[in-house]
Formats: sequence, structure tokens, C-alpha cells
Amino acid sequence: MTPTPTWVDALTAVLAVVGAFTALIGSFGLLRMNTYFRRVHPPSLVATLATWSVILATVLQSSFVTARPYLHAVVIPVFIALSAPITTVLLTRAALFRARQRGATDVPPPPTSE
Amino acid sequence: MSSIFPWALFFALGCLTLAMVFALVRMIVGPRAEDRVLAFDCLYLNTMLVILTLGLIYRSSSYFEAALLIAIFGFVASSAMAKFLLRGEIIE
Repeated sequence: MTPTPTWVDALTAVLAVVGAFTALIGSFGLLRMNTYFRRVHPPSLVATLATWSVILATVLQSSFVTARPYLHAVVIPVFIALSAPITTVLLTRAALFRARQRGATDVPPPPTSE
Repeated sequence: MSSIFPWALFFALGCLTLAMVFALVRMIVGPRAEDRVLAFDCLYLNTMLVILTLGLIYRSSSYFEAALLIAIFGFVASSAMAKFLLRGEIIE
């Protein structure tokens, strides 16, 4: 294990704290919003900015610790950028379907076939 | 500066733990099933970030595989639960 320069430590710490605080804000929004269709939005903050910040911190620190470029950690945010919209769309369609089954009046009606 | 470095990472770990507690509270009190699945989605992302932050603290690059596995299994689990809520069965 090679000692890392000071600026690497500082930048890693800043990126990790920004990512963790963004994850905290996103999860607090998940707790705080009052309807399901409002609650869908805040966790996407966790999937984008928080994940990218922590992964960039990992790439920076591991590149200096192992003394070679450590770029393959970027597959995690790329995979999440591909998978999070799929989960969100499936969940929102399920919630809309279940709200219509329940007879809720605050959701748009199903499209009529002409 | 390098004496502040572990404390900043412990602060990040505390923030992520509090975020996991928020997601867990939403999973417990969530009025319907889709709220619980959404809270699970947020919870596994926070868990993955906790594991990456532990890798930063211990300066080890082998925590990356665990984080990747959690991301993959979390996606499979939450999309299977969403599909179940939508259609009543997973594999048609």
C-alpha cells in the first residue's frame, strides 16, 4: 500500500461527503413526501449524483493506492443508470394500475380504445 | 489534512446510515406495497454506497465486487417485485 498524496485524500473526502449527503437528502425526501407519485422522485438523487460521487472517489483513491488506472469501477454507475429507470417505470405502472383497481379518483383514467 | 480524512469518511458513513434508517422507516410505515418496494430500491442503493465508503476507509479495492453484486441483485429483486405487483406473476 503506497501512501497517497494529500490532495488525493482531500478530494476523495470531499467527493465521499458530497455523495453521502446527497444520499441523505434523497432518502429524507422519500420519507417526507406525502403521495406515492411524489415519493418516486427523490430516490433518483441517490441513483445519480450520490453514486457518481462515491464511485469517482473510489476511482481516484484506488488509482493512487494500486498505482495504476482503476477505471473499471465506473461499471457500477453505468449499470445503475441502465437499471434504475426500468425499476422506476415498472413500479410506477404497478402503482397506477393498483390505484385504478382501487378506484382512486386522483389518478388519470385509463386510455380509451377508439 | 490526512488526520481529517478518516473523520470525513466516518461522517459520510453516518450520513449513509441515517439515509438507510429513513428508507427503513418508509419501508415499515409505507401505506402500500409499492411504497415498500420503492423503499427497498432506495435501501439497496444506500447499502451499496456504505460498502463503497468502507472500501474508501480501509483503502482496499476489493469492496468493489461486493458493491457490484449488491447493485445487480437489488435490481433483480426490485424489478421482480414490481413485475409481481403489476401482473400478479413474475414469469408468464
